[in-house]
Amino acid sequence: MKGFTKQHDLLCGLKDGIPIALGYLAVSFSLGIAMKNAGMNAAEGFFFSLFNLASAGEYAALQVIAADGAYLEIAIVTLVANARYLLMSTALSQKFSGKTALIHRFFVGYGITDELFGLGIAQSGALSPWYYYGALSISALFWAIGSSGGIIAGNILPARIVRALSVALFGMFLAIIIPPCRKDRAVLAVVLSGFALSWLCDLIPAISISSGTKTIILTVLIAAAASVIAPHEESAGEDA
Amino acid sequence: MKHSILLYILVSGGVSYLIRVLPLTLIRKPIRSPFIRSFLYYVPYATLAVMTFPAIVQSTGSPLSGYIALAVGILFAYQGRSLPFVASACCIAVLISEWIIPM
Repeated sequence: MKGFTKQHDLLCGLKDGIPIALGYLAVSFSLGIAMKNAGMNAAEGFFFSLFNLASAGEYAALQVIAADGAYLEIAIVTLVANARYLLMSTALSQKFSGKTALIHRFFVGYGITDELFGLGIAQSGALSPWYYYGALSISALFWAIGSSGGIIAGNILPARIVRALSVALFGMFLAIIIPPCRKDRAVLAVVLSGFALSWLCDLIPAISISSGTKTIILTVLIAAAASVIAPHEESAGEDA
Repeated sequence: MKHSILLYILVSGGVSYLIRVLPLTLIRKPIRSPFIRSFLYYVPYATLAVMTFPAIVQSTGSPLSGYIALAVGILFAYQGRSLPFVASACCIAVLISEWIIPM
């Protein structure tokens, strides 16, 4: 009976992961073009994407690689660009049932991305690691394959196609943050302040910080302000 | 000095993994603080909003096509379309607008 449940969860996760995987394929393809420019071959790009599994993080790391920066620099840049995963990981830690074995946390942890986190946290009740593995396996595979594809084929595509592909990443972000704005006015306020403050930071020349630093400072600021002004009600329950 | 791509991959991959796995393995009790719970709920929305704008406008050939992609993305996402649908709609919006509007 237990085996059936695992298999069922795995298949469900695989199915729910398909749209995410397809989105990843397109986005990592455009990221692959940046990898090629940073001097990576298709195999290196495959493992770079497989190990990092992060759009913004990889993009930031590639800037360092392209500039032949220090190893410490790539570590710090990756840390800052991916710092939101610290917070998502903390949130996901609350979603595990006490009965789930510790080992699953090591594997699920590898797969915390914006979209997979969104998928996992949206499940009702405790998280099934097997459901998560289903969605994760297909997504990570497509993410890595897309990067290799971008490295191999990126230069063949016309520049206008490459520019068009570059917004796929942002389209994906919008698909995650906009729908909850309909139901939750506080989320709407968070998203609008995010847009406005991010734009202000770029506009004011005195604030010359990297985009990774900007992301983490504004995230903490906005999420803290929202929690004080409009504490999230359901967060007491399990359906966060 | 020329750095090794392999080491770059291992260092960035290692940091990415630790960030994700440390809280998940170290925090195994429920967090009671309503503030922290609320904070964690808002974090992904704040992060993604900050990363999306104005970067989307700066990523295309002209700001105009970027704004069009943003509007198209918000519209379809608001209608509750799927993630790949919204992402491809944004790409197509840039393609069409840069084709119609000379830069």
